[in-house]
Order: sequence, then structure tokens, then C-alpha cells
Amino acid sequence: MTGTYRVRRGDVAESRNAVHFTFDGKSYQGLAGDTLASALIANGVHLVGRSFKYHRPRGFVSAGSEEPNALVGVGATQSRYTPNLLATQVEIYDGLVAESQNRWPSLETDAGFLNEYFSAFLPAGFYYKTFMWPRTAWKKLYEPVIRRMAGLGKAPAEPDADRYTQVFAHCDVLIVGAGPAGLAAALEASNSDATVILCDEQAEMGGSLLSDRSASIDGMQAADWARAALDELRKRPNVKLMSRTTAFGWYPHNFVGLNERVTDHLSNPATNQPRERLWQVRAKEVVLAAGAIERPLVFTDNDRPGIMLAGAARTYVNRYGVVPGKQVVVFTACDSAYRAALDLKAAGARIQVIVDLRKSVSGYWVDKARAEGIKVRSDSIVRGTSGWLRVKSAQISNAQGGDAETVACDLILMSGGFTPSVHLFSQSRGKLSYSEELRAYVPGESVERERSVGACKGLFALESVIESGAKGGRDAAAKAGFPPHGERSYAVSAQSVGADAFIGSVMTDHQAEKRAWVDFQNDVTAKDVRLATREGFRSIEHVKRYTTTGMATDQGKLSNMNALGVVSKQIDVAVPKVGLTTFRPPYTPTTFGSFAGQSRGDLFDPVRKTSIHAWAEAQGARFEDVGVWKRAWYFPQVGEDMHAAVARECKATRESVGIFDASTLGKIEIVGKDAAEFMNRMYTNAWTKLEPGRLRYGVMLREDGFIMDDGVVGRMATDRFHVTTTTGGAARVLSMMEDYLQTEWPDLEVWLTSTTEQWSVIALQGPNARKVLEPLVDGIDLSADAMPHMSVREGRICGVPTRLFRVSFTGELGFEVNVPAGYGRAVWEAIFAAGKPYGITPYGTETMHVLRAEKGYIIVGQETDGTVTPDDAGLGWAVGKAKRDFVGKRSLSRPALVREDRKQLVGLLTTDPKVVLEEGAQIVLDPTHPIPVPMIGHITSSYWSATLNRSIALALVRGGRSRMGEELSIPMPDGVIKAKVVDSILFDPKGERLNA
Amino acid sequence: MQKFSALSLLRAGLTGHAGWQRQWRSPEPKSGYDVIIVGGGGHGLATAYYLASRYGVKNVAVLEKGWIGGGNTGRNTTIIRSNYLFDESAGIYEHALKLWEGLSQELNYNVMYSPRGVLMLAHNIHDVQSFKRHVHANRLNGIDNEWLSPEECKEFCPPLNVGGSMRYPILGGALQRRGGTARHDAVAWGYARAADALGVDIIENCEVTGIRRAPTGEVVGVDTTRGSINAKRIGVVAAGNTSTVMNMAGVRLPLESFPLQALVSEPVKPIFPCVVMSNTIHAYISQSDKGEMVIGAGTDVYTSYTQRGGLHIVNHTLDAICELVPAFRRLRMLRNWGGIVDVTPDRSPIVAKTPVSGLYVNCGWGTGGFKATPGSGEVFASTIAKDEPNKINAPFTIERFRDGAVIDEAAAAAVAH
Ligand SMILES: Cc1cc2nc3c(=O)[nH]c(=O)nc-3n(C[C@H](O)[C@H](O)[C@H](O)COP(=O)(O)OP(=O)(O)OC[C@H]3O[C@@H](n4cnc5c(N)ncnc54)[C@H](O)[C@@H]3O)c2cc1C
Repeated sequence: MTGTYRVRRGDVAESRNAVHFTFDGKSYQGLAGDTLASALIANGVHLVGRSFKYHRPRGFVSAGSEEPNALVGVGATQSRYTPNLLATQVEIYDGLVAESQNRWPSLETDAGFLNEYFSAFLPAGFYYKTFMWPRTAWKKLYEPVIRRMAGLGKAPAEPDADRYTQVFAHCDVLIVGAGPAGLAAALEASNSDATVILCDEQAEMGGSLLSDRSASIDGMQAADWARAALDELRKRPNVKLMSRTTAFGWYPHNFVGLNERVTDHLSNPATNQPRERLWQVRAKEVVLAAGAIERPLVFTDNDRPGIMLAGAARTYVNRYGVVPGKQVVVFTACDSAYRAALDLKAAGARIQVIVDLRKSVSGYWVDKARAEGIKVRSDSIVRGTSGWLRVKSAQISNAQGGDAETVACDLILMSGGFTPSVHLFSQSRGKLSYSEELRAYVPGESVERERSVGACKGLFALESVIESGAKGGRDAAAKAGFPPHGERSYAVSAQSVGADAFIGSVMTDHQAEKRAWVDFQNDVTAKDVRLATREGFRSIEHVKRYTTTGMATDQGKLSNMNALGVVSKQIDVAVPKVGLTTFRPPYTPTTFGSFAGQSRGDLFDPVRKTSIHAWAEAQGARFEDVGVWKRAWYFPQVGEDMHAAVARECKATRESVGIFDASTLGKIEIVGKDAAEFMNRMYTNAWTKLEPGRLRYGVMLREDGFIMDDGVVGRMATDRFHVTTTTGGAARVLSMMEDYLQTEWPDLEVWLTSTTEQWSVIALQGPNARKVLEPLVDGIDLSADAMPHMSVREGRICGVPTRLFRVSFTGELGFEVNVPAGYGRAVWEAIFAAGKPYGITPYGTETMHVLRAEKGYIIVGQETDGTVTPDDAGLGWAVGKAKRDFVGKRSLSRPALVREDRKQLVGLLTTDPKVVLEEGAQIVLDPTHPIPVPMIGHITSSYWSATLNRSIALALVRGGRSRMGEELSIPMPDGVIKAKVVDSILFDPKGERLNA
Repeated sequence: MQKFSALSLLRAGLTGHAGWQRQWRSPEPKSGYDVIIVGGGGHGLATAYYLASRYGVKNVAVLEKGWIGGGNTGRNTTIIRSNYLFDESAGIYEHALKLWEGLSQELNYNVMYSPRGVLMLAHNIHDVQSFKRHVHANRLNGIDNEWLSPEECKEFCPPLNVGGSMRYPILGGALQRRGGTARHDAVAWGYARAADALGVDIIENCEVTGIRRAPTGEVVGVDTTRGSINAKRIGVVAAGNTSTVMNMAGVRLPLESFPLQALVSEPVKPIFPCVVMSNTIHAYISQSDKGEMVIGAGTDVYTSYTQRGGLHIVNHTLDAICELVPAFRRLRMLRNWGGIVDVTPDRSPIVAKTPVSGLYVNCGWGTGGFKATPGSGEVFASTIAKDEPNKINAPFTIERFRDGAVIDEAAAAAVAH
């Protein structure tokens, strides 16, 4: 046996495998199948945590995912350390290392407990009333102290060593919860051709059946029946059973998020296993069988270690074979706690007294308790407790007050009835209705294709729970289109525990000054809740936010109904009128990593590389991210920095020939009878008269008249255009085109196909470009007459088909060779070899930027920022004035878009040619103007121009084109830079080179 | 108004806190008011407060369909900054920031304005250029904003994954040290309490269902779920519901309403010292005083009024957060929610008169209006009181969408919050 509190009872106790673990550095033994909570209780450990605000000692309240107190940090190393796990859920394994949290220096003596002495001055919302003086002290003094006191566990200090994966799944019927209702639902639903997923947050399926020693089904003990049912389900090929899997969130249209914990319970997980899986399940029909959560009673000093829910104690003793105490006081408002008392008694504990809040008590369970010699006191309350690190005694009196009797105990069990777990139902936007009888909200009308069954619907008698589960399962399968092959019956033998319940505080009016906890973790007492209502916080949302009740890591699972009860009584308004806080995902806290899944590092976003990428890499290129693409930025040679490399690349291109990988440009093939009309509508330019075989620079606007994208377009045939877009804009442009085509102009006969990845694009630029290409090309006459600037020809290069553009983004004689992407690298290498005699030089995006800036060509996103019109950018010539319409046309005539003093693109030359301006620097007329200084523009592009042997810049300047020759100021932190306004074309203004 | 201070708290503590009064009354609506504000969010309450405190208009009611602060005010991730690019935006957000700096004292309510610094990360060369443009423009506008190298980013916010294996590595950041956070609920409550003390009626559970106009066109009152109420002037500040409310007066606005999500982790001890925003990979994060990581997600692509969004949006935000701080992968999401944000075509607000006489509107703050709360309320109060826009909000007209004088911060930087 492991632990003095272990009894030979329950399935875990029958497992004989000892497991060794440590808690706060001390070694303990548990048994395989134990949770950390059951194993600690077996060893007599009840003190496991400290509360958030007053740092009061705390023990286990529950045995499940609603636990507010027993939060621990788990993990032997920082890269596998997880804070705030629930000891009631952590499964122990050999070598498990756990520690308590939020205490210093130790759990037994915690300095934070000083707060307790000042608690009278720290009521709900106290921080809104103070810490305001002096002005800056909040940030510097008070806040840091408060922050240090707050928080629960510590975040891990090292990157997570584990992996997470995501799975998408469909099923006909998803059943959430594998207690009696869920099991019955699964048995019935899967007795059809429907595919069924049954999930449960616990390690073992069976729910309440696993803790029930008194009920039997089909002649079997409850737990045995559950195992038999699971065996049967496991055999059915249409059923998937998922334990340790929490349905945490409901999203529209029966889309449910499940979190499966795969390795946390293993001491040596296989290295290929993810820690968790996020399942995103689209279910035709859902059966919610999530059960109910027992409600604490709100009485004076109800938060000491050793005060727990009655049902939890029953689980510990029946399922895990541990007794949480030897001298027990039971405080209840319903019958179910009697079962716990009897089970504990059977395990050897002494039941001092059952204190029952109800005026008169009777029935099977009461009689049975009395028959076993247990003292039952009706119309009574526990009105106080003693004990510091563990409860020592209870004071018991009549419900209305009067003399108190002190009873020694090491365990107080409490039960205020059960709260149905309507979380997912409510997340699905189903309407809840308040049941006076249950003192709880139950599911009303459904909005989605789901039904609630069993305890989460407010049914508590085992027979009706199973019946509703079975019916729900059949109904779901049938609604999903798979009528079940038959019905089965269930012989249930169980004594009902009724449905009595209580909400609010049980304190007598004389006890108003005492503290009774509503929210254990956040230290919210009934007094705090009442104070909030007195201060005018009457909506339950306000009460929650002012007091923080329900905001702890259990998200109000234990506290919400009691808080409602306190408010309702205090302001004398019926519970449903007080309101209800919204249920939000996740049902229980869910690991960030599982939401992120595989999306990390290089998998965070696809890395797109051109077919020439590896070549550039081999040449030692440096790359930059442009959208999802990696683009060669520059090609440094040994000893070169970026500046030197770019200067060399520029010079080589201007003087002989440079080669550039332009494959990342977006490409769209626009085909159909109405292709030209479509182009006319999408672009500012006129396309009708563009002859096949010609290219045109196209500008595309947003509806508001500002430049959205640009690119060179080739007319391949009367009904076919080869459109290019910017690298980052490809997807955006295609979606906008599709949007218009499908919603505005469905009558046009046009088809759009993204061809970005189909073409490799090799730009060959420089005076020797033609000479390099000529010998490689078949069937295309490259001469200036046959193939002038801005034309396109189809033919072959190096034996492969090409669409050859004569186009220039550098101002030099240039070609862009489009070849099917599979040939890209080979053609590139062939051109490179052919260029060797001319000193062909590969260049990257930086050189491309410099060369185009020398020519005043804009880059969308750099010269433009969503506020720039074609005219602003000096592209007025690209707007077809005579065209009837195009996207953005109407906006272009708006008053603000035709003002003379709009910011216009100009060139800027610094007075000192060596000074390179900073991109983004602001331009002013009077740098001596006091702040705020009126600004008239900013630098959009700025480079050292090796060609011009000086710095150059492009800028957007208010009324810029009418300021030619004017000297402007660019005030920098370390002085003012002067620059002169010039035309934006700084090199070869006549275009002789590119027409060569 | 009862004074809040350490001393008053101490005294109350000795008497069991029995003496605290309601922070704001719960009055029945009067038959009429000089000004009715529709919408009891931060902006509406601030408007009422400044009307009463600075512009001498005290016969004011704020009508709120639910509970005050229950809209976006109580749902937002509370990032406060003023380092916007354009003069117009810088003007209004800086006006707000200056008011934040003394707000707790002015309202006698601790709104916990915490200037812990807002660091906006750059992940590509375009980001770098754009942020530098901001830094330069801000400097000349007298707004603090500085450029940090990757190493300086790491020093300012040690948990950041600088130099690690990120798909889009951190190339630097723009830091506004006066930026930070505040406690959203306290902002609503503090304004409500201070306005109430000046005589403003704050009327909750009172949904406006109609706007009544005289035959001559001007407004004369509103219909509500608690009856009709007369009003000489009406200011609509209804965030995600603005287009619906304005329709009641026959005014169509260029607004779209989208769900925007946020989430928090379980509380942990202090580890994240500042606010970090990364628009390129979609991550917005700070740590609350309670210890939760407060994380802003993106909007859904579809318009809707349901205050929830898609799971994939959350996935995408958390993968970015886990990239920025790989140690946070093991933290757990505690709660995830959505609000409905009202978005204009240029992502800047409308704070203006309308074509209807006596009707004013303050909307379009979209994903980033919490930070503007005091400034927006102040200039809107001035606009209503004087029936003409204040210099600061003059550019934020409705007509700019017709005339093209847009203030497109989103296009300039694509930054949301
Ligand atoms: C998830 C999220 C995160 C955000 N993060 C940030 C951030 O980090 N920083 C930032 O600056 N901003 C942020 N914002 C934006 C910010 O929250 C809003 O811009 C701001 O709070 C708007 O304030 P408001 O007072 O105008 O609106 P709200 O607070 O929404 O108030 C409008 C009120 O009008 C009421 N109302 C509507 N219709 C009617 C009617 N017919 N009758 C009566 N009352 C009505 C509503 O109930 C509501 O209370 C975020 C928003 C969201 C949703």
C-alpha cells in the first residue's frame, strides 16, 4: 500500500504498480492510475496551494477539471515545465516533478500571507480607489508591487521542447462526455452506419459511473458496466473513442474544437509523438453529455484545506481508494452528499455529523444514513471552521443562528447540489432557461444541430440520464441520416438522490462581517459581492468585473451560481433578471502550442523559392523576405559589404549586362472573348488598341482611386493577356479580379488563371543583353526594328518554349525571358554561360531598386502607400482619359484627389552629394519652425547611385512638380539636410538606352 | 462624489466598508434632455463627462442598451499609443494620450494607465522603412517614438525571440515609451461616476430603437425600450452598432462591422514588461496586472454582428505569439471572446456633425479606439456643445469619403490596434 490514507477499495487501489514522484522537492509514492491529487491525499497531503489575493493556505476542493485551488507547476526541466496544471487532472508517472505555486519562501510559510492581515482594507475593487498619488507612482511603484503579488505559476523560462499537431475531421455524430449519458448515446448512435466520435476529458471514460458503488446497470456494478460498454464500442469500426480529449470550444455550424493530450501522462513518451493534438471537427450532429458540476456551499471560512465537495470525496474513495479524512463533517443541501458520507464510512472514516440545510429531511438516503448510526441535523448550517494548514473543527448551529456546537474534524464535505455543464450548449448560442427547482440554468432551445442529454440537461436520476442519452444518440444518428438498426434497453437499479439545491450564501444575517468564499482562487467573498452591489454594480457582468468572481482559472465553474444567488438576494431581484455572464471558449484552459500546431519556424508561413534560388544560394547571395518569397537581395563577393556589392552590380549592368531573377512577380493569364474589355475595366489604361505582340505598363486602382498594383502586361492574342503583378500583390490582385468578375460582371466571358509558379522569369539587362541572348534564341528576331521596346514574342530559347518580353525596369536595353519553371535553372545557367564573355553579373533586388530609382520608376508599396493616385506618382499618362469606366475612375475626380497641392513624386538631390537621405525622413520648408513642424512630404526611396556617383532620392512632396529647383529641408536628429527638387528621372531622361 | 483615496479606504476598512455609496445612480429617464448620448461605452461616457465638466452642458443622459462598458470598451486589449503617422491622427491620439496621463486624478478613479512602452516590431525591409517614416514624422510632431535595433528590442523586452529561428526575424522596432495600457472597465466606471456626480443620468438596459425627427428635419428625441425621451441634440457613439442606429435617422454611413477577437492566458508571474505589437505576423501582447497574457487577434474576413469569430483566427494569432516567445507555447488559453468593430474605408474614425441637424456621430474607431477614449470624448463633447467641430476632429468628417480627403493610416502602415 502506498500512503496511510490508501484503502483497499477502488480500481486504482487494485493496481499494484507503485509510482514515484516529488512534490515541492519531497518524494512520494502513488499508484499507477492516480492523479497527483489522489496520490497526495493518499499520503495525507492536503495543503497544495495558496490563494491569489490573501495567500491563504488551500487544499483540494474537487477531483476534476473544475478545481480552483490545487494548481501546480509540473516538469523537471524548464523546456518541459507547465505552470497552473490542476493536481486533480495531472496523472502521475515515475519521475514526475511537481511544485506548488504563488508562495514564498515555502508553501507552509508564505510571506504573501501578510495581505491577510490587511484584508479589511483590500475589499473588492480597492485598487480603483487608491494608488493615484503621486501621478507617476502607479507605473513606477504600485503596479510593480501588485504585479509581483499577483499571477499564479511561473511561465517556463525556456522554449518548449515539445511538438503539437492539428487534425481536421468529419463525423456524423460527435458525443461530448463519456459518462452514463454519453455512453448510452454512443451505444445507440453507433448501432447504425453513422460515424461516431466519443470524447472525454478524463484519462478513463465512464464519468460518474466510475465513482458509483451503489448503482448497477444490466446487473453489473456501474463501473463494470461502463467498461463493458466501452469494450463493445471499441469493437465497432464506426466508433472513435478519444479519452484525455476536451471539447473546448463550439464554433458556428457544428464546428467543435477538441484538445487531445497525448504524452503528458507518460514518463517516456516516444519521440515521434506530439504532446497534444488540436482536432477541428465538423459534426453533422452533436450530443452534449458533459455532466454537471457540484456546487460548493458559501459559509464562513469555507476555504480551509480539508474542505471539499462531497462528490469529490466520493471519487477519491471509490475510484482511487484514498480517504481524504478520518473525521468527517458533511454539510449539504441535497441528498447526494449522503452517498458520499456512506461511502466514506464504509471505507473506515468516522462521520461526525451530517449538517443539512433543508428544513426537514427524509427519504432513502437519509434513512440509510440514520440506520448506519450517522447523526443528521436538519435546518442547520456550518457557521464557521477552524484550522490553519488543515481544517480542525466545524461550528454548527441552527440555520437561523443561535448557539454553536464545535465538532472536531479533519474533513468537511459540502454540497449545494449540481450545476449542469451548459458551457458548449451556450457557446453554440442556444438559449438557457433558469430552473427554480435546480437553482441552475438548463439548456433551452437549440440553435445548432445538437441536443443535451443527462446531467448537463438537468437530469440527475441514473435511469433518466441513461434514457435521455440513449434517445439522444438515436435521434442524432437518425438526423444525420442513419436510422439506428434497433433499440436496446437498460436495466438500471439506483436510488434517486433528488434534485435539491441551494445557491447564494448560507450565512445568517449576524454573520455579515465574516468571510465566506464564493470564488476560492480569486479570494472573492460573499461580502465582496455584496459590497459591489451596494456600490451600484448590479449587472452580473459588472459584479464579475468589479469583484473578479468567476474570472479565475475555473472560469466560474464553482462560483458563478453562488455569486448570482448572493446578488439576487442582496438586491431582491430574481436570479434570471440578474443576468448571466457569457460562456466563452475554452471550456478548460487549453495549451497555446496546440492552437499554433506545426506552424513554427520555417513552417510558420510557406517559404517560396524560385527555381533559380539554389543557384543564387551557391553564389553566396543574401536573401530578403518579400511576402512569402525569398528573393536574392545582393551577391556579395569576398570582402564586399552590401554597399560595395550593389555598386558593382549596378555598374556592371549599366556598362555591360546584368542578370536578375524576376520569377517572383505575380502572373495571371487572362483569357476569353471579353478579355480586353475586362482589362479595360480593371486597369486605368486603354487596352482595346494594344496589338498582339505588344506590352504595356498597367496601373490598377482600388475603388477609392489610389494605386493598388502595377505591372507589365503582354497581349499574346486578341483574347489573351499575360499579366504581371508585384511580388507581394499577386494573390490580392487575383482575388480582386475574381471578385469583380464573379459578382459585378458575371456576363463577361473571361477566365483567370494564376500562372505565377508556371513561369520562371529571367531578366537580362544592359547594353550587351541582346548580344548575349541572340545566339540562344530560335525563331525570334531580336533586332531593335523587329522587336522594339515593349514588345513580346513567342519562340524558343535553348530549345524550350519562351515568351520573350522586351522590357526594362533598369532603363537599359532589356529582356525578360519567361520559360516554364521547370526549365528556369537550366536556361538561367545557359544565359549566364553565354554572358561570361561580357562579364555578365547577377544582381539582386537592391540593385534592381537602385537602377529603377535612377529612372524614376516607382515601386508600389514604396513610392505608394495607399494614398497615392496615378497623377501623384507621375503616371497620369497611364490613365485612359477617354475610357467610359474602370475601377477607381469615379474616385479620381473627387475634390481632394484633384487638388493642386497634392503630394507628387519628384527627385531630390542633396546639396552634399555624399549624403544619402534616410528613407522615411520627413521634408519641411522651415526647419526652425517650433514643434509641431509642418511637413510637406517624405523620402520614399534613397540610394547611393554608383552610376551618377552621388546620392539620389525620390520623394513625395506637396505640390512637388511646381517646386522644381527649390531647396527643401530634411531635419534629422543630428542636423538639417538640404536637398533640391528635381525631375524624378535622373538618368537617361530621353530613354535612348532602353530603346537601343 | 465620495472621495476615493488611501485614507478613505483605510477609514472605510475600519467600519466594514458600510459607507460606500453607489458609484453612479440608476435614475429613471426624464422626459427630455439637452443632450442624449446613445451608447454607454468609454467614448459615450467620456463625452457626457466632458460635456458636463468642460462645456457646461449638464442636462445629459447616456442611454446604454446593456451595461455600461459592455461593448468594445470592456472587450479590448487596451493598447494605448499615439505614434500615428499622419498629422490628423497624431493630433487626436496625442490629445488623448495627454489626457490619459492625468485621468486617474481628474476622475478620482484609478484607471491604471500604465505607460510601460509599446514596441512595434518590424519583420521585413518594408516594415523598417515604414516605421522609420513614423519615427521621423512623430519627432517633428513632438510625439515620442524611437527606433530600436533587434538587440535593443531584446533588451527592452527580454522574452522576445531575437536572433532565433523565426520565419520572419525581428529586424528592429519602433518604441513609444509613453504608450502602454489601462484598465478598461475602470475607464467606463470612472467616467460614469464622475459624470453622474455632475448630474448626468446614466441609464442602463435602455436600448434606443428609433430617432425622432421634426418635420423640418432636426432631431427631437429617441424611442427606447424604456419609452420615448426628448432631446435637443443626440450624439451617437455605438461602435459596432452605429450603422444600425444611424439608419434610424435615415443616415447611411460608410461602415462595416466585423468580429474582432482577443484572448487571455492563465495568470503567471510578471515576465512580459511591455506591450508588443507585430502587425506583419499578427501578434499583439501584453501582460495584465493579474498576470494574464492579453492577446489581440485579427478580424474575421466576413462582416457580422455575432460577438465571436473563427477558430482559425485564434490559431493564427497564437502561432505568431509562440514564434515571438517560444517559451509561451506551454501557457494555456483561459478565455477567448469577440467584439464587433466598426470599420471605415480609411480605418480612421468619424467624429462629426451629420446631415441631420442636432445629430452627431462618433464612430469608426474600429480595432483601435480604446486609446482615443478621453480625447475622442473631449472633442466630441466640444462638437456637440458648440455645434461645430473642434480643430482636432475637424478632419474626421463623413464628407471625406465623398471628397477623398481620407486619412489612411492602415494603408500607410497596415497597423490595426
Ligand atoms: C477584441 C478587441 C480588441 C481591441 N483592442 C484594442 C486595443 O488594444 N487598443 C485600442 O485602442 N482599441 C482596441 N479595440 C477597439 C476599442 O475597443 C474600441 O474602438 C473602443 O472601445 C470603442 O469604444 P466605444 O465607447 O465607442 O464603443 P463601445 O464600448 O462598444 O460602446 C458602444 C456602446 O453602445 C451600445 N449600444 C449599441 N447600440 C445601442 C442602442 N441602440 N441603444 C443603446 N445603446 C447602444 C453598446 O451596447 C455599447 O455599450 C479593440 C476592440 C476589440 C473588439
